[in-house]
Amino acid sequence: MALTKEFKTVSRVAGPLVFVENCGDVGYSELVDITLPDGEKRKGQVLETSRGRAVVQVFGVTTGLDADKTSVRFLGEAMRLKVSESMLGRVFDGLGEPRDRGPAIIAEDRLEIIGSAINPYARSPPRDFIQTGISTIDGMNTLVRGQKLPIFSGSGLPHNDLAVQIARQAKVLGAEESFAVVFAAVGITHEEASFFMRDFEKTGALERAVLFLNLADDPSAERIITPRLALTTAEYLAFEKDMQVLAIITDMTNYCEALREIAAAREEVPGRRGYPGYMYTDLSTIYERAGCIKGKKGTVTQLSILSMPGDDITHPIPDLTGYITEGQIVVSRDLHRKGIYPPVDVLPSLSRLMNAGIGKQKTREDHRGTADQLYAAYAEGRDLRSLSAVVGEEALTEIDKNYLKFADTFEKRFIAQGRYEDRPIEGTLDLGWELLSVLPETELKRVKREHIEKYGRKFRKEEKQ
Amino acid sequence: MGVLEKISGPVVVADGMRGARMYDVVRVGKEKLIGEIIRLDGDTATIQVYEDTTGLHPGEGVENTGEPLSVELGPGLLASIYDGIQRPLEILMKESGAFIRRGIIANALDRKKKWEFKPTVKKGQKLVAGDVIGTVAETEMTLHKILVPFGKGGEVAEIKSGKFTVEETVCVLKGEGGKKHELQLMQRWQVRKARPCADKLPPDTPLVTGQRILDTFFPLAKGGVAAIPGPFGSGKTVTQQSLAKWSDAQIVVYIGCGERGNEMCEVLTEFPHLEDPRTKKPLMQRTVLIANTSNMPVAAREASVYTGITIAEYYRDMGYDVALMADSTSRWAEAMREISGRLEEMPGEEGYPAYLARRLAEFYERAGRVVCLGSEKRLGSISVIGAVSPPGGDISEPVSQNTLRVTKVFWALDASLAHRRHFPAIHWLRSYSLYTDSLKAYWDKNISPEWQALSAKAMALLQKEAELQEIVQLVGPDALPEKERAVLVVTRMLREDYLQQSAYHEVDAFASLRKQFLMLNTILHFHARSGSALDAGVQLRKVQELPVINEIARMKEIPEAEAEKRFEAINKGMDAQFAKLLEEAAKGGG
Repeated sequence: MALTKEFKTVSRVAGPLVFVENCGDVGYSELVDITLPDGEKRKGQVLETSRGRAVVQVFGVTTGLDADKTSVRFLGEAMRLKVSESMLGRVFDGLGEPRDRGPAIIAEDRLEIIGSAINPYARSPPRDFIQTGISTIDGMNTLVRGQKLPIFSGSGLPHNDLAVQIARQAKVLGAEESFAVVFAAVGITHEEASFFMRDFEKTGALERAVLFLNLADDPSAERIITPRLALTTAEYLAFEKDMQVLAIITDMTNYCEALREIAAAREEVPGRRGYPGYMYTDLSTIYERAGCIKGKKGTVTQLSILSMPGDDITHPIPDLTGYITEGQIVVSRDLHRKGIYPPVDVLPSLSRLMNAGIGKQKTREDHRGTADQLYAAYAEGRDLRSLSAVVGEEALTEIDKNYLKFADTFEKRFIAQGRYEDRPIEGTLDLGWELLSVLPETELKRVKREHIEKYGRKFRKEEKQ
Repeated sequence: MGVLEKISGPVVVADGMRGARMYDVVRVGKEKLIGEIIRLDGDTATIQVYEDTTGLHPGEGVENTGEPLSVELGPGLLASIYDGIQRPLEILMKESGAFIRRGIIANALDRKKKWEFKPTVKKGQKLVAGDVIGTVAETEMTLHKILVPFGKGGEVAEIKSGKFTVEETVCVLKGEGGKKHELQLMQRWQVRKARPCADKLPPDTPLVTGQRILDTFFPLAKGGVAAIPGPFGSGKTVTQQSLAKWSDAQIVVYIGCGERGNEMCEVLTEFPHLEDPRTKKPLMQRTVLIANTSNMPVAAREASVYTGITIAEYYRDMGYDVALMADSTSRWAEAMREISGRLEEMPGEEGYPAYLARRLAEFYERAGRVVCLGSEKRLGSISVIGAVSPPGGDISEPVSQNTLRVTKVFWALDASLAHRRHFPAIHWLRSYSLYTDSLKAYWDKNISPEWQALSAKAMALLQKEAELQEIVQLVGPDALPEKERAVLVVTRMLREDYLQQSAYHEVDAFASLRKQFLMLNTILHFHARSGSALDAGVQLRKVQELPVINEIARMKEIPEAEAEKRFEAINKGMDAQFAKLLEEAAKGGG
């Protein structure tokens, strides 16, 4: 950082972009300090550079920027974050400055926030079952350490409650390890942010948490940075300090909006619905920063929340996310209206890494089969529900009526549970068997016969042969 | 030596590049990042850089290697894992740790390892391009044939035998006008140019995948191309991986293009432990993996499919049947779109470049069954299976549509099937294969002359089911006559006990053609028996209570070795049970 150059040659300001002339050859992605005429400071980043010219993206509002007096200083390196273990328990703003009036961080290291890709060869496959105590997740969409599993939700749905419940209850069975939560608020309201903070405080999780807050009234351009700060911290804690890190990012939709805003200001060719064509690549540089690495004890598990505009799962944001993440938890408005918490719709939900984390010695040998059977039976019940709405329940066969009954009790007892109810995995699976006992054994094609004997029989009263 | 003028993401512009050719590989900046020239304008070249460009300055140098992007072909490819531009990921990890450092280079093939070379030609023999000069046992499973490279040929002046590295000369040819050609175990080939062959032939052999829905209803021929489009979560990757594991190709090239890191890692940890059901050797020994995960640089993603298919062509030229899985071609198309956007090209449909259709067609056209170069007329083939990830699962988008125009097999993945955990979630009514007729001779000879009729009958039943379901939706199942309800019983069997196949079940994951035939035959036998039973006045309820239904439901768990015996027993049992029903019905007077 010896040679920093200062220029007063701003030629144009458009949205969050500043065009600087005659500034020499500056590096791509370099960090920029901008001093406004009234002495206020902003940070920015070089988005495009050519001989003597640079386009700078400003983090923060560009109000008060002018072409005469504004001075721009290029810092000669990409944005870095000072990291240290003492970040735990602290609250930072969206650019990584302390927000809690605490002292500045004494850096153990300064890391580039745009991390390099993890070599696929260096990854070790995620295998450790995380018990969240939530039946729909543990039983049917199992979360595994090192996984990235987003929550697809909509406005007005209790996704935040679900996220804090997961953060509160998540544990790896039989393991005593240091655990940390890294939380990034991206453009959410103050109220939502304080909900998270209050809950972390109440449960004592705050001491083990690092918070980065970019709230709704904070500059939108900062939102590009905030999740990357959080993930840089998460990687540091996991891969340097051997911690089990859960990174929660909310709300990714705001991130994508910010991305679109900048793309529009640069007059780029827009892709679907005005989002930039490189959004997939850009999102992947966030989501892919999760996982386990050979020879390292720590892991990064990512839980990001995104609200689907208009509850539309085919909207580019959930769509591109679903193609990168290892599954998704879908929160449903229908279930929420029925008063069911957590309103997780298991049918479109999926955990791609589930098979690696379940089964003998991890959860229970019948886990896969039981989950598949529950899926199939619930899907059948839901289909019949719409059928019976047309033809009436009387027209259904006996077996079909049992499926209907199953779907109802499944929603009321398996999906629904208390906000502070922590169900162990055994309990979840037994509950599944209990609910399945309304169906004749011949209908249970997804489970192994010996598992019916071992786990299912005890819930079948009358038909003991 | 040029000078950098402008940097904007992965696309940079350099001046002073006179003499450079399109698609030449260049080294950019102080860190010597790898890039490729994608546009020339006078002395100015536009370059796509295969690595992150953070920290590059205008004014830094650009060095032209004068060579297009090429891959190294030779022993050592199998069981390797490369990134999109053929850098071995294992070596990169040794050199730069868990994260990939920029500007790092490593040879694709190990330069130190010595291979046992056994010559198959003698001094004085006349050779042309494509002829085999000798072999190397690359893995226990695969004999690597060393070929005379394209454009070379002549009389063998010198031929060696023994242990050599890939760079040592093993053979010298005296070509036309006394020009000497020194041949090594390794050769290079530029990725964007198809390797030549003598002739292309129509496909006539199926690529047996062991997946019932594919082999029975929508077979892919060796040398054919298939597309699997589907929304996320519908099981594209699991299907691709099942194909990579169980298909009867001799070489498998698996391209993870813009895929998840953890998924690639899964393949990497799983394949070395899986056994090929035919040779009983680890699957990894016949596999080349190319992993360019979604967060690795986008330009390298664009190159990865070319790298993959060039390696596939190399093994085809040795006379092998190669299967190439590209997961997913949409990510490749998006990489093209991203680069095109940075070049400020006029966009076509949905922002994709106007040349999207041509590029896709060119890529798929590199598949096929061919007569290889060389005097011995070897036959080889490349079958390509391309996953497509259409946004929102809607296949009216350009990548799916342009892919469907060139592929002959379409495996339609369906979200609603996936939601009810019907896997593989391939929809039987929307998928198609245009190879059914050209494979008839093979089926007749190798499975049974009845096979095609059998599968056509099963498909007709499934069609019928769709019609009946519409009625059921309106009036309820009770309104159907018994005979039609019996059809629903059989089609449910077909769906649940035949089409559904678990990729994770130790026995069910792979079903031989013979077992598929036995299974389908049993179900249709049940259909015939239940039909005549109903005609004789037996109630459907009674048929539904037959214990054989349970046995049919467990058919998929029957191990291959016991198949003949067990299926015979099931069918015998079925006949007995139906006979008993008929007897009862006759006694009861109808």
